[in-house]
Amino acid sequence: MRHLLDTDTLSREDAILILDTAAQMAATQEREMRKLPTLRGRTVVNLFFEDSTRTRISFEAAAKRLSADVINFSAKGSSLSKGESLKDTALTLQAMGADAVVVRHWASGAAHRLATSGWMHGHVLNAGDGTHQHPTQALLDAFTMRRHLVSEPTGKALEGLTFAIVGDILHSRVAGSNIPLLKTLGANVVVVAPPTLLPYGMTEREDIAIHYTLDDALDAHELDGIMMLRVQRERMTGGGSGFFPSPEEYTRLFGLDGDRMRRMPDHAIVLHPGPMNRGLEISAEAADSPRSVIVEQVSNGVAVRMASLYLLLAGEEAAE
Amino acid sequence: MTDTATAYVIENVSLYGDTRADLVLKDGVIASLSAADAPEGAVTLRGEGLIALPGLVDLHTHLREPGREDAETIETGSRTAARGGFTAVHAMANTTPTADTAGVVEQVWSRGREVGLVDVFPVGAVTVGLGGTQLSEMAAMANSRAQVRVFSDDGKCVHDPLLMRRALEYVKTFGGVVAQHAQDPRLTEGSQMNEGLVSSELGLAGWPSVAEESIIARDVLLAGHVGSRVHICHLSTAGSVEIIRWAKAKGIDVTAEVMPHHLLLTDESVRGYDARFKVNPPLRTQKDVDAVREGLADGTIDIVATDHAPHPDEDKDCEWGAAAMGMIGLETALAIVQKTMVDPGTLSWRDVARVMSEAPARIGRDGGHGRPLEAGEPANVTLVDPGAAWTVEPAATASRSNNSPFGGIELPGRAVATFLRGVPTHLDQALEGVRA
Amino acid sequence: MTGTVLGAPDIARALTRIAHEILERNEGHDSLVLLGIPTRGVPLAHRLAARIAQVEPGFDPTDRAGALDITMYRDDLHRQPTRAIGETTLPAEGIDDRTIVLVDDVFHTGRTIRAALDAIKDLGRPRAVQLAVLVDRGHRELPIRADFVGKNLPTAKTERVDVHLEETDDADEVLISGAGSKGAGA
Repeated sequence: MRHLLDTDTLSREDAILILDTAAQMAATQEREMRKLPTLRGRTVVNLFFEDSTRTRISFEAAAKRLSADVINFSAKGSSLSKGESLKDTALTLQAMGADAVVVRHWASGAAHRLATSGWMHGHVLNAGDGTHQHPTQALLDAFTMRRHLVSEPTGKALEGLTFAIVGDILHSRVAGSNIPLLKTLGANVVVVAPPTLLPYGMTEREDIAIHYTLDDALDAHELDGIMMLRVQRERMTGGGSGFFPSPEEYTRLFGLDGDRMRRMPDHAIVLHPGPMNRGLEISAEAADSPRSVIVEQVSNGVAVRMASLYLLLAGEEAAE
Repeated sequence: MTDTATAYVIENVSLYGDTRADLVLKDGVIASLSAADAPEGAVTLRGEGLIALPGLVDLHTHLREPGREDAETIETGSRTAARGGFTAVHAMANTTPTADTAGVVEQVWSRGREVGLVDVFPVGAVTVGLGGTQLSEMAAMANSRAQVRVFSDDGKCVHDPLLMRRALEYVKTFGGVVAQHAQDPRLTEGSQMNEGLVSSELGLAGWPSVAEESIIARDVLLAGHVGSRVHICHLSTAGSVEIIRWAKAKGIDVTAEVMPHHLLLTDESVRGYDARFKVNPPLRTQKDVDAVREGLADGTIDIVATDHAPHPDEDKDCEWGAAAMGMIGLETALAIVQKTMVDPGTLSWRDVARVMSEAPARIGRDGGHGRPLEAGEPANVTLVDPGAAWTVEPAATASRSNNSPFGGIELPGRAVATFLRGVPTHLDQALEGVRA
Repeated sequence: MTGTVLGAPDIARALTRIAHEILERNEGHDSLVLLGIPTRGVPLAHRLAARIAQVEPGFDPTDRAGALDITMYRDDLHRQPTRAIGETTLPAEGIDDRTIVLVDDVFHTGRTIRAALDAIKDLGRPRAVQLAVLVDRGHRELPIRADFVGKNLPTAKTERVDVHLEETDDADEVLISGAGSKGAGA
């Protein structure tokens, strides 16, 4: 692998390799001495055009535990005020000798552009681009699912398992990465959202089941896991641009509470990429239940990011 | 230009691709269709293999001057147009300052005259500052030296239906036309590309077809209601073609234009997030491409215009969301029409003369352009070599910007000479070599 | 020279001898842990453990034999295509105060063992670390030596030594090949 930009172009073999490698990384993180010398002398830049403390510290921890040097670079800018250009930033990073750039950007395709424009040579890891993708999040979700639901998981995918993704599919890069990856790994995908929050054309897809209420989805499927997406309150309601009438109505139709959770099979797990809106898309009972793997997702995130950095950076440059 | 006195004879050229003749260009007019009438000292060009068309007219060009001379100037844009076979261009009003007063349109017009490579017809803004709230002084622009007849807020839609009605009615005073940039602003807030399966995959906010079609539907109904003519800029969707077809069948005085890039490219091009493919209205689907080709073939769509929209590198060499919309197209337009319409057999060269010269000149009320290739007519002539295949190199353009989406694409032919009132404004080196 | 240098009976004999030597050297099995270095060191470690258990019935060959993946400690990662990371399995009790016998198939430059020593350091603090190898082909690049050697095999640098085992390759044999060929062996 040269870059990790999206899950659309990630092969099944590479996806499983990342998950298997992450499993070994996770094992090292249970030791007393958690730091590995593997990426000594390599420089990883966390380039964040958008604030995301959680993602940044996860990548930072991953890089540091592999002994890479980490530079955090917060660039100003938004879709409204352009600020420093991606190109100039890339040229700066190139001059600093960045071996890998972990990029979070408000613009969809920014990581892709960084990887293909010729502005810099380093490896690019997409840490979330606009409303497009967030591949390491999908990989850590898949890793968490595999760990809980597949026995002797090494080398295996998610064949035959069924997962629901609930909420703002339209704007969610988490959903944008999870759906293709879950399909690649052989899982069944159930999407639950108000029609206003579905991407154009998704209802035409025959490989995805779509429901407009959570109750319908729970009636129709034996779920092995359910992923609740974060509702961006500020974006979702008010004015003529609201995607649903009120938070209360959203919770009534799409919120995961204890009763709905108990309608899933006993083994089914509850995921959330965080940060949660307790009481909106997920109740405290569901979030804190033994089925919830939400905290574990965070630690698995470090392992998956270690694996991704390892696989991108540890090999010889010429072999790519 | 210096050699206004020189006469030119183009021997044995194919007029409109179907009639053999000679063209004698003298004193600004087509003096004769027989080389025997050539005056002493005339420069003779061999016309074998070439097609003569009336000089091309672009109803939709952005020359960027005044205001964005870093992207294009009237001079560089005029040269680019001449190289593309154009003898007239309509310069859109979204400059800085906006072309919403007689003063600005006269400045553009007279600068065009000074340069003298094409006739630059300024387009006047419909509303002050393209603000969409107050009509600009359109009559003053119409009565200025620039004689403006085409009015457009292009870049923005005249969205307020009442204001649009008033504009449609008002331009009747001087035989003008409102050229509408059909884009519902609310339906396209934040939009980055065509709304479809590709936009969903790429996570880019969609620009739905219906945002174009709903405005076109409204405006043809308004034009019909008030008995005015309306022109639809850069029509891009299959649904828009249907609406125009319906409106024309109803007898509504509507004309429509399509862009070369909408005849050739689809939203699949966006997959690499290369901002050279970012344009407004966006590249659509293959179904839309097929429909606009069909609409152009059957006359539903009247003309091809370029929407030549120069942008400097820094506005394109960046992330998609930060990039400017638009692409240059004056030098590639004719060849793309050949590739997409003529070579497949859906348009004849006589049809090309209609959609790229006669009809746009008629819509724009451009006296002296789009005239027949006959003795006594103005010597505005384009010579096309339909067999001169070439590969587009964006950096080789005469434009000050090189944001062409066609880089690396092979095109089948090109304009090898352009005459504006008998004066060559573009003469291909290869052609110079065959001076008799 | 090219061909088979050790057959299945030779390998079996060598391992049996090494098992005895390990017991003799360590005066019993109480603290012994055998850690194989992937790929072929791992089955060799298990075979040695089984042999030790035959002699010392108190020795649990399943718990006391494990695997030590050294990929992330290699000093040549940047010179090779990306390597898959293997599994590390340790005794339930860990390795603190144990005597570790590292087991590998071919002993060559010593760099693998150097990486293994680094890896062990991160896993705990053993009382001692020893090294058992099936074949020592020479050409050391680091001051490291083996404690238990199945066979000393003088080779040219350009030759290639391949160990095949039933568990991984469906046959027990040690092959030497390709004097003058580019590959430098294991």
